[in-house]
Amino acid sequence: MLCERCNTRPASVHYTEITNNKKQEIRLCEECAREAGITGIGIMPQFVLQNLLGGLFEGTPVQVEPSYVQCKRCGLTEQDFAQRGLLGCAECYTVFGPAVGRILHRIHGKAEHTGKLPRRTGKIAGLKHELKRLRQELDAAVRQEAFEKAAELRDRIRDLERDCRGGQ
Amino acid sequence: MALKKILTDPRSRWMEEGGPEADVSVSSRVRLARDLAAYPFPHRLRAEQAEEVLHAVRLALDRPEVTKRLGKMEFMRLTELSPVERHVLVEKHLVSPDLLKGDPAGKAVIIRQDEAISIMVNEEDHLRIQCLLPGLALQECWELAGTVDDALEATVEYAFNEEFGYLSACPTNVGTGLRASVMMHLPGLAATGMIEEVIPGLSKLGLTVRGLYGEGTKAAGSFFQVSNQITLGRQEEEIINNLTALVRRLVSQEREARRRLHQEQRGALEDRVFRSYGVLQYARVLTSEEAMRSLSDLRLGLALKIIKRIPLSLVSELMVLSQPAFLIRLAGKELKPAERDVLRAQLIRERLQGKKPGADGEGNGKKR
Repeated sequence: MLCERCNTRPASVHYTEITNNKKQEIRLCEECAREAGITGIGIMPQFVLQNLLGGLFEGTPVQVEPSYVQCKRCGLTEQDFAQRGLLGCAECYTVFGPAVGRILHRIHGKAEHTGKLPRRTGKIAGLKHELKRLRQELDAAVRQEAFEKAAELRDRIRDLERDCRGGQ
Repeated sequence: MALKKILTDPRSRWMEEGGPEADVSVSSRVRLARDLAAYPFPHRLRAEQAEEVLHAVRLALDRPEVTKRLGKMEFMRLTELSPVERHVLVEKHLVSPDLLKGDPAGKAVIIRQDEAISIMVNEEDHLRIQCLLPGLALQECWELAGTVDDALEATVEYAFNEEFGYLSACPTNVGTGLRASVMMHLPGLAATGMIEEVIPGLSKLGLTVRGLYGEGTKAAGSFFQVSNQITLGRQEEEIINNLTALVRRLVSQEREARRRLHQEQRGALEDRVFRSYGVLQYARVLTSEEAMRSLSDLRLGLALKIIKRIPLSLVSELMVLSQPAFLIRLAGKELKPAERDVLRAQLIRERLQGKKPGADGEGNGKKR
């Protein structure tokens, strides 16, 4: 079996990483393992993951041929990302959207933010999060045949949708 | 003057007495990764853009309503500090070792006088807001970091995306941008070998365990940093509560290990503690490894009340004082390792005899 990082030398280091209850096995050659900071048992430095991120990007299954997608704003290419594991600017998250989404999912187990929103610029995002939550509640209410509650939720959703449109 | 104090006084807010669970949890830290929407991330930033980022951050924090709420902050460009002084900030845990990598131009750190807040500018992200407090106090750290975050967001626009949350250069920080960590002293778990089981166990729960100075460093003197790995898809409170709960479990496991050790191997343990105390009090040459090991033993002895009348805060202070860059800064000249070992032994000895810290007595009296 070939090293998952360089794809040239045989893989001799089998590295298992467990994050968030998900086990991921990575097979590397000795050279790449050393570069990635995998040295043996003990405390695993966090940069291992970051160095391997580029590899995740390269290995995304949809790409059959190398593509030359580039961020128009900062000039970052997929190759740049594969090399350093870093995005170049906020716009990159849109340009490389689906691939980044998959990577985030692999790292965090989820790819959707549910935490704090910026006070000033996050108002619309806040409304949308609230909308999503209410729609889930509405589904649950309908399933439980709690129609009175469902009607109330429907009205609140309608109001929020109007606010969202008004705010944009 | 405040700047000089930061660079020559080993004491920081995070090592003060009275932190919760301080016998095992040395200090707590919350850091938020934030980037400005209008600029590429630091690794793709041109020099003049880096200056603009510095300027925008400085303006945001210099507003009277912010200084009134958060207190006065010391703004330092990396280029204004000598390489030794930059390392002093790492040794005091005020900046990350990563900030010192590469070209220092365009990078800065902003530190509140009590050193509970430090903000790195143009590290891997435009902003790394960090709050450090003594003991197990993640919730307080998060609240403080949140206040700084809001103060900045009032005038700068963050890179934020509805789907992914706060955007950062590295995908491992996306979402909340929140990394919470607790520095723990785990000599009991280390001595009983249980640490070998605890570390993989914690990683299964989405936590990372690292050495004293963060990424890629060794666990010296049984000090470990436990932090969350996942930053996306969870609320900040959830991350904080999760980590706090797990740290509490770890605290009780460590206490149990210490209790058993003290019960079953009383003679050997007390001998080890007193020997180390003796070394710290009387040695004329102390390598940093020996100092760390002995300070770790002393801390354990204090927590078990084998030794009394020394505050735990002094141990943290001596740990910082023992670091190479700190010694060189105090000496005011380059020191060879052997010279550092002599100065280290001298300073530790003097502090344990009650001499006040600080280069020229300026550290006397009240701290703040």
